[in-house]
Amino acid sequence: MGLTLAEKVWDEHVVRSADDAPDLLYVDLHLVHEVTSPQAFDGLRLSGRTVRRPDLTIATEDHNIPTVDVDLPIADPVSRTQVETLRRNCEEFGVRLHPLGDAEQGIVHVVGPQLGLTQPGTTVVCGDSHTSTHGAFGALAFGIGTSEVEHVLATQTLMQARPKTMAVTVSGTLPDDVTAKDLVLALIAQVGTGGGQGYVVEYRGEAIRALSMEARMTICNMSIEWGAKAGLIAPDETTFEFLRGRPHAPTGSDWDAAVAHWRTLVTDDDATFDREVVVDAAALAPFVTWGTNPGQGVPLSASVPSPDDFDDDDRRTAAERALTYMDLTPGTPMRAIDVDTVFLGSCTNGRIEDLRAAAAVVSGHRVADDTRMLVVPGSTRVRLQAEAEGLDVLFKDAGAEWRGAGCSMCLGMNPDTLSPGERAASTSNRNFEGRQGKGGRTHLVSPQVAAATAVLGHLASPADLEEV
Amino acid sequence: MEAFTRHTGTAVALRRSNVDTDQIIPASYLKRVTRTGFEDGLFAAWRNDPEFVLNRPESRGASVLVTGPDFGTGSSREHAVWALQDYGFRVVLSPRFGDIFRGNSGKSGLLAAQVDAKVVAAIWDLLEHEPRTPVTVDLRERSVVAGAGPDRVADSFDVDDYTRWRLLEGLDDIGITLSHAEDIKVYEETRPSWKPATLPARTGL
Ligand code: SF4
Repeated sequence: MGLTLAEKVWDEHVVRSADDAPDLLYVDLHLVHEVTSPQAFDGLRLSGRTVRRPDLTIATEDHNIPTVDVDLPIADPVSRTQVETLRRNCEEFGVRLHPLGDAEQGIVHVVGPQLGLTQPGTTVVCGDSHTSTHGAFGALAFGIGTSEVEHVLATQTLMQARPKTMAVTVSGTLPDDVTAKDLVLALIAQVGTGGGQGYVVEYRGEAIRALSMEARMTICNMSIEWGAKAGLIAPDETTFEFLRGRPHAPTGSDWDAAVAHWRTLVTDDDATFDREVVVDAAALAPFVTWGTNPGQGVPLSASVPSPDDFDDDDRRTAAERALTYMDLTPGTPMRAIDVDTVFLGSCTNGRIEDLRAAAAVVSGHRVADDTRMLVVPGSTRVRLQAEAEGLDVLFKDAGAEWRGAGCSMCLGMNPDTLSPGERAASTSNRNFEGRQGKGGRTHLVSPQVAAATAVLGHLASPADLEEV
Repeated sequence: MEAFTRHTGTAVALRRSNVDTDQIIPASYLKRVTRTGFEDGLFAAWRNDPEFVLNRPESRGASVLVTGPDFGTGSSREHAVWALQDYGFRVVLSPRFGDIFRGNSGKSGLLAAQVDAKVVAAIWDLLEHEPRTPVTVDLRERSVVAGAGPDRVADSFDVDDYTRWRLLEGLDDIGITLSHAEDIKVYEETRPSWKPATLPARTGL
């Protein structure tokens, strides 16, 4: 019987398998950042171990760092210590680091693909749950905890139990105003935040094939938001074109050998998945969240639901809690929700294509008076590229803040946070209570919806702007 | 890692589902570079509320957390496990765990025991009437017992065989893997030359 893409990649990385233990998998690329690595490096030091393959390891600074005044020392002493600890550890263990101020610095999940390090058929891990992003290249990529970071540093392998496989088939064509973000938010609302638990998911079908690499990364990024271990998409010409000429893409005969192999990385016709979910792309619309988990979403044209709309007890209680936290009344049209802050950025939607799409929407408009808009490129490279294209000027002319690269307001760990009660439309991936700052309220949206929302001051889509 | 065979302690009923790791420990508490001291961040956003279950006197000294489905979803932060352990928890009972959280628990010696939703509900009821009811979790038997008499709850729990074995033996994963160093070397010798490498560093667009 044939194999699925995920099974092929898995099998190619098994170093050792035994009946009574999980498989020992080889790791092709290990991404490191300042938050989940200090205790791992410390563990190595305590046991007198070294980093087995510094040449398969790369580090950058993203979670803790400020996105303004990046040339000054980090003001928060605790954040500074964490960043300095990473610098010391990388130096001591010979790990390549792109620190704040470097052109290759940025969110780990933007940096890997941009350098061409994320390649089809590789295994990619990082002490960060959104490592699933790299699955867009047909890589088997997943987040790990700090003990596992130490394990990979020391051995370049991981012990992993073989996951189940699932196919998400997105048939048909996405309507013009519907983005990859809308698609994945609608999917999570359909399957629930626990729907992918225990599975490696392959996204396939006509609508997926038609997506750019950036859009594929947005979808794979959010695999973890519905519990999947990893999400991947079979590599194709779009993937190869994205990689060609990148700093770490293979060249010459190596490129030919690599592409020949990459072409084999597809699910065989006679392979079977443990589960299959089908989504009709044509039926989708711009999608936004109203609650405090990514599954609590509705089309932008809908209204805030009532807890009574849910049959299941858990979901009803969760909805009650979420509505209280979000300070929303059932029946309110989503478009009537005023927003204080718009955050455009993160590893979900902080790539060049996202900035271009949002810039096109705000161009010729002003950010609404009582609203602020933060634009945070996913990496310094993305920032430089956007500036070369003049996008920074477009954003600034519209009254948005143009910032340095990092995780920024995606999580409340650096100076960019929401205040208690502040409401945000955010292109990031998590609307959890307090995620963007204690007491902050988050609506997850696409870059296009974020931009239109900034202009109108309430949740809106670009189509609403044309009517003004 | 300290071996885990059987544990008896008092329990806390956390009557919530979908407790993600941002709730277990908010990001602002992740900045420490040490491995201990994370108890102050545990459920930080909820601890301000005097009525929050951990703040009640009967919860003092509890070591078993009994919670709803999808506990530990979201961020990969192992700090969530450390915060629970630093606070004094040895066991979490839930009908379903986030994958990475469950993995992290096994590595750090916290037992994430998956039980039937009915068991959680029954223990919650028990704790409501008798908050200091001891709960015993036996890893060898894969059993959980709470209370005594007619309201006694006794059932089995799920934990994968490998994690169970490692917890019972108190084994460190890296040590086990390094005993297979020869297999790793053999694997590395067959990796294709075109596979990506971070060194020597190349930059640009
Ligand atoms: S941008 Fe957000 S989700 Fe992505 S790595 Fe940073 S904190 Fe995590």
